[in-house]
Amino acid sequence: MNLLDVQNLNTYFPTQDGLVKAVDLVNLQIADSENVGLIGETGCGKTVLGMSIIRLQDSSAQMNGRILYKGRDLLNLTDEEMRSLRGKEIAMILQNPTTSLNPVLKVGDQIAEALRLHQGLDKGAAKKKAIDILKSVNISDAIQRVDQYPHEFSGGMKERVMIAICLACDPSFIIADEPTKGLDAKTKMQIVQLLKEVTKHKSMMMITHDLNVATLICDRVFVMYAGEILEEGMVWDVLGNPMHPYTRGFIDSMPCRGLKPIKGMSPSLIDPPTGCRFHPRCDCAMEMCKFEHPKMTEAENGHSVRCFLYA
Amino acid sequence: MIEVHDLKKHFSSGLFKKNYVKSVDGVSFHIEKGETLGLVGVSGCGKTTLGRLLLRLVEPTSGHILFDGVDITRLKQRDLRRIRPRMQMIFQDPDSSLNPRMKIGECIAEPFRLGLKGKLHKREIRERILELVDTVGLNPEHINRYPHQLSGGQNQRVVLARILAINPDFIVADEPTASLDVSVQAQILSLIQDLKNEFNLTLLFISHDMELVRHMSDRIAVMKCGRITDIDDVEKIFESHRDLISDSVISPLSAYKYDNLNIATVSELGTEVKASNR
Repeated sequence: MNLLDVQNLNTYFPTQDGLVKAVDLVNLQIADSENVGLIGETGCGKTVLGMSIIRLQDSSAQMNGRILYKGRDLLNLTDEEMRSLRGKEIAMILQNPTTSLNPVLKVGDQIAEALRLHQGLDKGAAKKKAIDILKSVNISDAIQRVDQYPHEFSGGMKERVMIAICLACDPSFIIADEPTKGLDAKTKMQIVQLLKEVTKHKSMMMITHDLNVATLICDRVFVMYAGEILEEGMVWDVLGNPMHPYTRGFIDSMPCRGLKPIKGMSPSLIDPPTGCRFHPRCDCAMEMCKFEHPKMTEAENGHSVRCFLYA
Repeated sequence: MIEVHDLKKHFSSGLFKKNYVKSVDGVSFHIEKGETLGLVGVSGCGKTTLGRLLLRLVEPTSGHILFDGVDITRLKQRDLRRIRPRMQMIFQDPDSSLNPRMKIGECIAEPFRLGLKGKLHKREIRERILELVDTVGLNPEHINRYPHQLSGGQNQRVVLARILAINPDFIVADEPTASLDVSVQAQILSLIQDLKNEFNLTLLFISHDMELVRHMSDRIAVMKCGRITDIDDVEKIFESHRDLISDSVISPLSAYKYDNLNIATVSELGTEVKASNR
């Protein structure tokens, strides 16, 4: 059975200009101890999807569909029930540690917060455990570090602290939102290494636009564009043999592939293009792409794509 | 175009017992007109400080910078102000390099309002803005928006439009795509390339990503601990500086062949780093 089963999930935001369809009919499954990557460009709805699963969405969000976690529909839980699950069962590594950490709280206290809440530890025991967790994410001098503030940590160290907070209560499912953003190559590899280690017996959904990181860490990937999943499959099937013109374009825009940009801009999520959402930017667009919306079809074993070229 | 002789910048701290950080420590090189020089190095090696020194955004401790034959390290503020429009900088983070309280249009119009391009009528300014906005691939509707209403990629386009409004000869691009994602990065960099060719700009392109620098540059300078250790044609640097390439870890998706290269695998790299931490 799948640990997480997202079925026909919609997340819409009403705004003055209209309804922003940030996540539109998304289906996504994650098995036990599987690492899944969610890739796509900025503004395609990756983070909103992650936030929707852990239900940290803005209160104005309109959500539909089902998010089954171990068979329970998270959308039917009360706020109280969700709170007891969040951090304990499902935890999230938020984007951008510099702004996500509380600047006026000691790092140790921020890790201990979850421990005291979910495991009922007292102050001293929580601090002790916080030191152990800091050690487990390879922070040297954890005993001194636990009493320091976030500004005393480097970018890579802060990312480690974020991971430590997320691991505090030993959750079985982790959502990591761009954990390697803004880190230099060496630090990035250390974080990748660490994430690999800590997720050995856990499931993770990693949101990223760094395809290299995805190849190193993920078993399967989902490619997202304008609120929809366009392609899914095993990581090397998708990135080694991309089918959707968007996935191909995305890979070709990497520096090591010649920096060839995809023409045009990503579409508005209020009024997405009719038919295939990618057709205005697509080189292979046919007449039918303008009017008909393609369905996800399995092209190869476990490799599905939303494109008429493979229908 | 640019000549740098034995440039140094030491930052000092401490009141009685002085500690010096030698960010840039005796650097000499030149950049020809119309050339792109790539500047690579690990983070903290002094790349950004060097870039800022070239525009005299920080005062050098010693050394000379000749810009088109003029020693800008000796210029008085007033003369410096006169020469500054000819050199501009693209900063790392586009969102924080724009004034949040200025509309995009006002932002691009600022060089005109300051009279850098001679006296222009309001209508002429508006025409120029529309032209520039079009050149960098934005829509006219963006003119009345504020920076926070645009994405990072769009804001970097605004920065480019403003720089083009000044029409400089020399641009320092300090990791202009560090905060952007892959596909937007490709858009912005190809835009910079196009503009460079069209306006015959001279460029110093700072990055820690070897693959990016390879694409953008004619020559590459390698910086380590405040010094330039090597400066040569792109392919020669790739031949002789394998250590840097394996530092940045070859992408498994790379189109280039690195057959005879001893690439540090991820796990090796992890243990190597752990060892050095101890």
